[in-house]
Amino acid sequence: MILMNSIGIVKTDFFTFAENEPFALDSGAALSPVTLAYETYGTLNADKSNAILICHALSGSAHAAGYHADDEPPGWWDDCIGPGKAFDTDRYFVICSNVLGSCYGSSGPTSINLAAERPYGLHFPVITIQDMVRAQAHLIDHLGIDTLFAVAGGSMGGMQVLAWAALFPQRIRAAIPLATTARHSPMLIAFSEVGRQAIYADPYWNDGDYYDQPQKPDAGLAVARMVGHITYLSDDSMQEKFGRRLRGRERFGYEFQTEFEVESYLKYNGNKFTRRFDANSYLYVTKAMDYFDLGAGNGSLADAFRGAADVQFLVVSFTSDWLYPTYHSKEIVKALTAVNADVTYLDILSRWGHDAFLLEVETMTELISSFLGRLSH
Amino acid sequence: MTNNQLPTTNDQLLRADLQAIANLIPVKAGVLDLGCGDGDLLAYLAAEKGVRGRGIELSEEGVLACVGRGLSVRQGNLEEGLADYPNASFNYVVLSQTLPYLDNPAQIVQEMLRVGQQAIVSFSNWGYWRCRLQLLATGRIPPAPDWPEAWHAAPRWQAVTVADFLSLANELGVRITQEVYLANGRTAPTRPWLKNLLATTAVYVMEKGN
Repeated sequence: MILMNSIGIVKTDFFTFAENEPFALDSGAALSPVTLAYETYGTLNADKSNAILICHALSGSAHAAGYHADDEPPGWWDDCIGPGKAFDTDRYFVICSNVLGSCYGSSGPTSINLAAERPYGLHFPVITIQDMVRAQAHLIDHLGIDTLFAVAGGSMGGMQVLAWAALFPQRIRAAIPLATTARHSPMLIAFSEVGRQAIYADPYWNDGDYYDQPQKPDAGLAVARMVGHITYLSDDSMQEKFGRRLRGRERFGYEFQTEFEVESYLKYNGNKFTRRFDANSYLYVTKAMDYFDLGAGNGSLADAFRGAADVQFLVVSFTSDWLYPTYHSKEIVKALTAVNADVTYLDILSRWGHDAFLLEVETMTELISSFLGRLSH
Repeated sequence: MTNNQLPTTNDQLLRADLQAIANLIPVKAGVLDLGCGDGDLLAYLAAEKGVRGRGIELSEEGVLACVGRGLSVRQGNLEEGLADYPNASFNYVVLSQTLPYLDNPAQIVQEMLRVGQQAIVSFSNWGYWRCRLQLLATGRIPPAPDWPEAWHAAPRWQAVTVADFLSLANELGVRITQEVYLANGRTAPTRPWLKNLLATTAVYVMEKGN
């Protein structure tokens, strides 16, 4: 069912570049060609000044809003993108592209390596958040857009937003990093590594070479996703969602079956994830996040934002987000304040943990639409 | 804490002390409002004086209200917020009706004068004659003039008088360049021995001493 305020049926487009001149990566490697899957919603105005780029998180795709014709659930941020929503498609031209290294149509380990005539697997070069953003800049060029009205995203999407502000401050008027960090902490790297180890340990992973095999490293990828899900929740939200309730039974079986609601939730989501995501992509994208430290190599975080003094920022964190705790956002605000950038910051009271950036729709809508509205005047 | 607890006087757009502060701020000045509440002062300054101000506010409701009015505000406490700003980032740093709630008012005043070329402070004067009389007659701590909060109300406040503040300014080597005294929304006399008796609210513009 398509709701009244939905953008309606949308489709994914593809843009391929670097066919002749390879796309240089932070690692020193180069990629050719590079394809980005992307979707757009709304209409680009005559002077091309109303474009907003939405950046997705770890497991997201270019499908941020609306419905595909095959009637799946709506895009991952449909609550916030559409007519009259936070990112109002009646006013703005909204773009979302799948990140480099992912598996939803953009170049990544599942893509065909033309040199070998088979999927890259681990032969795909390791990429960084900045590589993802530089690729997006090519897409923005391709769409004929010089300056983005805003760039917005949560979690890994927020890291891309910050990288935009550091790399292309002249090309963005506003930046909205949500529930994110300028530097992946050791705790975050640790969780990434547990996920990756679960994939490495799966015998079907086969050093990343499994695309022509009947079995894929689903068990490993499912465990990685389970760990992820735990980190997206909070103690409070788990109490509320699951408590100690048992699933489909009245009492303990004193056996090693799925008994608790929370076990069932993790197992279900872990398995569901294997039907839509690629294990190698999980390795590449988590690695890109782990490398992310915007202050490194720039002197300090403030130095990284030195060119962004004219960008307007809306920084948002959530009180119960222990994965990207409030202090991460405060460090961003501090650095931006030091370079005299215009920063609006709010730590939204929420009990939903990291997931809050997708769930606190009402507050986010109020905040984002007011913030964007101020800029258009 | 929000700044909208005082009623706006009938014949004015702004709460009296905010109007007094607004009158002291020139067109196009750079202003940081500490504890900006719903953004009344910043919105007024933006509309009437072309001021592109910034605010620091503790409450989520306050921040949301400010953003709703197109203002640039960051959530946080004043100590943390001020510390992030480089020296002399603003022409004016404003602290209206928040002084009695501060844990370390001396430090905040010094920080205001580091971040701003000038600092503007307004506060309710417990030295007002009615407050003195009330303590004498009833033996109970009087609430601030025009600010009826009991001594046990949260957040905790500390009574302060005009004489107290002038003494602090002196101690800190701060130079007071302008002073405005209000009594129930109207201008009160500035004569040294009268102001602490007759003012319900005091407003000071300050600079760093030499």
